Amino acid sequence: MRKRSWGFVAAGLLVALVLAGVVSNYASSHPDGLDSSLLKGCTVNADDEITGGSCPAQQAKDHELADSPLADYGIRGVDNGFLSTGLSGVAGVLLTFAVGGGVFWLLRRRGPADTPGTGQSPADGRHTGDRQTAGTAG
Amino acid sequence: METLAMHISNGIINGPVAGIFAAVALAALTFCVLRGRRDLDDRLAPMAGLVAAFIFAVQMLNFPIFTAGVSGHLLGGALAALLVGPWVGALCVSVVLIVQALVFGDGGVAMLGLNITNMALLGTAAAYLLIAGLLRVLPRTPTGLAVTAFVSALVSVVVASQGFVVQYWLGGTTDLGGNLTGLAGTMAGVHLLIGIGEGLITATTVATVAKVRPDLVYALRALRPATAPAPVPAVGGAR
Repeated sequence: MRKRSWGFVAAGLLVALVLAGVVSNYASSHPDGLDSSLLKGCTVNADDEITGGSCPAQQAKDHELADSPLADYGIRGVDNGFLSTGLSGVAGVLLTFAVGGGVFWLLRRRGPADTPGTGQSPADGRHTGDRQTAGTAG
Repeated sequence: METLAMHISNGIINGPVAGIFAAVALAALTFCVLRGRRDLDDRLAPMAGLVAAFIFAVQMLNFPIFTAGVSGHLLGGALAALLVGPWVGALCVSVVLIVQALVFGDGGVAMLGLNITNMALLGTAAAYLLIAGLLRVLPRTPTGLAVTAFVSALVSVVVASQGFVVQYWLGGTTDLGGNLTGLAGTMAGVHLLIGIGEGLITATTVATVAKVRPDLVYALRALRPATAPAPVPAVGGAR
């Protein structure tokens, strides 16, 4: 029987929830590498708002879904900034895991059908020398 | 300007170029699904979901870099490639970018193809090419794995940043007056510093997983099989 990964996944998810739910509040609020590069040529104030000059960032337009209840990594209606950021992070981690995990679970290779010439379960593959990883290394 | 935006915002690259990259990204992701299915089994699927969720979480953690007033955050391509392989890895980063664009208002929806091309496709591809090379030449030790993770993560961030420069050259909405090299240099310089952070996060994370459950590190399964003749993943008790 193969080793299960669910325990590991649960532990990893817990770490992600703490990072997004708590540690995220201590993240730097300065513009990231991309945004700062696009601000070159403009002058900005202490809140990183453009005060003058000319730069690519001035062409930025509103997001299509700027009114989303979770827009800008906060929860609309929650005034406490710490709580708002943390809860949006928790929601994001759970949503990403649900969407990603769900899609990957549906896409997964079931049974022996997909690998030509295997004809049996992966656990038995080693006895016949089948290479499950063939073609994935490059 | 939204200060919390981390990816390409609407209006930065023109519509036609954004559309072309949307088509490129869609085609590449379709290919990743086809190739990735060979890797995706009952064990890798939940692991891939975790990798996507973890990357989402760590992308929220903007860290300061040595340049005042600028932050950086994980992109995740190298981390995903190491843990779940290049094909599924690119899909993991794409899932994060799609959730961020559609739910968190981060990265224009019209710009999604550009962002996916840079971070999910270019970043992961550059990382995995380096991973495949470095794991073969470096010693089979935890240090060898950590160095591989650090270097591949650092380089992948710089490569992804230059992907944006090419996109800006094709369809940037501000005339830089021929000073594209200036943008390329600024992007490369700042992302070299961000890459150090990316490298440290990636190396720490992968080293931790490799210590606890080495069988869950795709790169070790695929590129460093425990015994030469039977590199079958997921053999219980082999390690």
